Amino acid sequence: MGSYVPSTDLERREMLSALGMHSEKELFEDISPQVRLKEELCLPKGMSELEVRRNIMGLANKNKVFSSVFRGAGAYRHFIPAIVKSVTSKESLLTAYTPYQPEISQGILQSIFEYQTMICELTGMDVSNASVYDGATAAAESIMMCQERKRSKVFISRTVNPFVLETVQTYCFGKNLELIIIPEQNGVTNLSFIENNVDAATACVYIQQPNFYGSFEDGEKIGELVHSAGAKYIMGVNPISLGIAKTPREYGADIAVGEGQPLGLPLSFGGPYLGFMATVDSMKRKLPGRIVGQTKDLNGKIGYVLTLQAREQHIRREKSSSNICSNEALCALAAGVYLSAMGESGLRKVAVQSMSKAHYLAERLGELGYRLVNKKEFFNEFVSESPKPISEVMNLLESRGILGGFPLRGENEGKILWCCTEMNSKDDIDELIRILQGV
Amino acid sequence: MLIFEKSREGREISLLPICDVPEVMLSPQFHRNMVLRLPEISENDLSRHYSEIGEKTYGVNQGAYPLGSCTMKYNPKINEELAGLTGFTEIHPLQKEDTVQGCLEVLSMLEKYLCEITGMTHFTMQPAAGAHGELTGLLMIKAFHHKRGDTKRTKIIIPDSAHGTNPASATMAGFETVTVPSDKDGGVDIEKLKEAIGNDTAGLMLTNPNTLGLFDKNIMEITNMIHDCGGINYYDGANLNAVMGIARPGDMGFDVIHVNLHKTFSAPHGGGGPGSGPVGCKKFLSEFLPSVRSEEEKGKFCFVKAENAIGEMKSFYGNFLVVVRALAYLMTLGREGVLQASEYAVLNANYMFHKLKDLYPPAYDRSCMHEFVFSLEKLKKETGVSALDIAKAMLDKGIHPPTMYFPLIVHEALMFEPTETESKETMDDMVQILRDLYEEAHTTPDILCNAPITTSVGRLNEVEAARNPILRYQSNDEKGAI
Repeated sequence: MGSYVPSTDLERREMLSALGMHSEKELFEDISPQVRLKEELCLPKGMSELEVRRNIMGLANKNKVFSSVFRGAGAYRHFIPAIVKSVTSKESLLTAYTPYQPEISQGILQSIFEYQTMICELTGMDVSNASVYDGATAAAESIMMCQERKRSKVFISRTVNPFVLETVQTYCFGKNLELIIIPEQNGVTNLSFIENNVDAATACVYIQQPNFYGSFEDGEKIGELVHSAGAKYIMGVNPISLGIAKTPREYGADIAVGEGQPLGLPLSFGGPYLGFMATVDSMKRKLPGRIVGQTKDLNGKIGYVLTLQAREQHIRREKSSSNICSNEALCALAAGVYLSAMGESGLRKVAVQSMSKAHYLAERLGELGYRLVNKKEFFNEFVSESPKPISEVMNLLESRGILGGFPLRGENEGKILWCCTEMNSKDDIDELIRILQGV
Repeated sequence: MLIFEKSREGREISLLPICDVPEVMLSPQFHRNMVLRLPEISENDLSRHYSEIGEKTYGVNQGAYPLGSCTMKYNPKINEELAGLTGFTEIHPLQKEDTVQGCLEVLSMLEKYLCEITGMTHFTMQPAAGAHGELTGLLMIKAFHHKRGDTKRTKIIIPDSAHGTNPASATMAGFETVTVPSDKDGGVDIEKLKEAIGNDTAGLMLTNPNTLGLFDKNIMEITNMIHDCGGINYYDGANLNAVMGIARPGDMGFDVIHVNLHKTFSAPHGGGGPGSGPVGCKKFLSEFLPSVRSEEEKGKFCFVKAENAIGEMKSFYGNFLVVVRALAYLMTLGREGVLQASEYAVLNANYMFHKLKDLYPPAYDRSCMHEFVFSLEKLKKETGVSALDIAKAMLDKGIHPPTMYFPLIVHEALMFEPTETESKETMDDMVQILRDLYEEAHTTPDILCNAPITTSVGRLNEVEAARNPILRYQSNDEKGAI
């Protein structure tokens, strides 16, 4: 069997004898025989490192890695600079706990402070937390931030990512909040529904920009409607788009959240990802989770600490702003390295290339009868009709090592959500088109 | 120095080729007007910056980390290598099932291990951390009562020694928390529990062994009392490392449970995350499990959704790469290794406890499980040296301090959890350091009160940080503009 226990049998006996014991069994005398296991656990025998490696590599090999990916829908294959992994593999950062002892955690605390600054810069907001689990939980947590005694209704647009919508539904079930789904109209949020229904009992309205179908919503108009009812305006954003797109702050949002996975994290079958959250100064004490602040030590030297902890579960218990304890610190670190490596010009390039390639693909697909559905301006995702049975199309692409767009479900059954990033070269796109011509 | 202060206009790293399709621009209506101030830095300087960040951070890899309730055991290197395989990292979560058979098998395999270790029927891997698991489990309890039309069950009973996440999760699930005190032995006060139970009880949340490192001797009586009144028992698996292969929550009367893959199952904590908090349950609650689970059917793995699933707790299927690490760990240990891990976790804790308790008074003088709690109240009265001072002085000796001021019911608490992966000599060193510090507290208390002095910064002014929060970098120009 494999083991990470260093003690030798001699040391085991020395320790037991120091305790006046003869056997480990005596250590567990508080556990009554009634609840004690009578026999060994029914688990496989332990293995050597070589065997484990062989077994798990075998599992990894059963998955199909696509060389060319045209699918997004909430998880994006962007280029990850080599330095990102080099930093997140640093063992001190990888194996540290939450920085409860700031004097020996200045590195990780500083990296979070830098991350918070970058998220504020991206979104245009004033204050960011240190991260939550992912974009969907960031959305749910942002809605929880807006609860007021007389405002308990929550509105969310149908055009948000379905996982976000369903996660918000689950959290609202928990808090007994009324959740109203704003219908979509021509692939974007129905504005007149907001105008007619958002009222003085509404806590907040959540929209996604660009939305699940890649289209830009009329973010300014929605903001005006929401604020005229006195409700809070929450915007979920794609962080890559913010290299060129208008910030939540410019739209008048009170809270900006999003999925940080595109910022240097691999697809990883859905996780770990990164939920980012930023808000205006007046709402900073409602943010969930860790926040790092700058301060000074006894000698006046600048240092960093976890701060505004009076919001948090370990202090406030049932009255805290959220139950979150562990977050996604290492993923936030990756995002910080990614944004530093890219810089403003690099991020702008990623955004422009992703958008440009999606438009090139949309045009080429249109020539083949995959008619573009989006009526509004779109970023790096768009919806097309399919002139051929979708499963046939996808199977053909799959056999050529290409992961095609995401087949939509429900009301949009029969349509495909395509995605491009800077990773899709013109040659790859042309190849995709050539293959589709053969269907 | 912050990375922003190292930024020089015009520096950049060559990462992307020139755009090979016609460039499309956003219309002005959607175009960003705000400036975006990200660092402009060379790759060399960027790399050195993070080397410095790494050097100023203490992880398990640097040395002992006896942080109670956090199970800071060694994080095996093979797990990192396997979690980094492109056959996992390059897999899109929305690929067709027949192209992700390996991932589905990983989920299914870990579920089997966890079910056997805990005595549960099914597990979901979706929750991203322990607290997220708590919320998941509580929502399942809520859904269970609601399905039966039993909507008056609005209260969750939680002992006063519980982690703060327990009551916080109860609030998020829409429950009211009823706190029950601990008795003189550190367990749940049975009489007080009786008073707290009623037909409005939705369930109980319990950590066992609890945060005092004590196994509740009355566990069957407690869980039976809750069941008799129609409630559900939730097990906070934070301290599962004490009992693997010895006793199972499922056999103690618990119905739903979360485990922490980043504690018990050796996944690294990453400076605060990502964690992973799978939730398991008995068969009668399986219909409420969130999202989808992977099941094998005729040699093929596929996703199945529970009949009355509470919905999604987050996007996709959980922190998958953490699941891979935990699976590698459990495959390595196997049935003998799992038991051995718990036996040594408890042996090591008792050994350290025994070597120190003549100087540092135990909060409860019973033999402990995998962790133990001292109260430094007397030391503070005698010398003015507090639990905080001892913890800070440990920093100067090169070890990570234990958990401080928790559980809340113990004054001047220090909570130690050495874990099974520390050697006897490392523990002997820690013991010697703590014994020396006890002496120093009496002879040179001022030095301890000013510790640490060897770290990159001294004690930081946390009050000022909260009073006048500076939560992001601003250049002097920007500050001037405000």
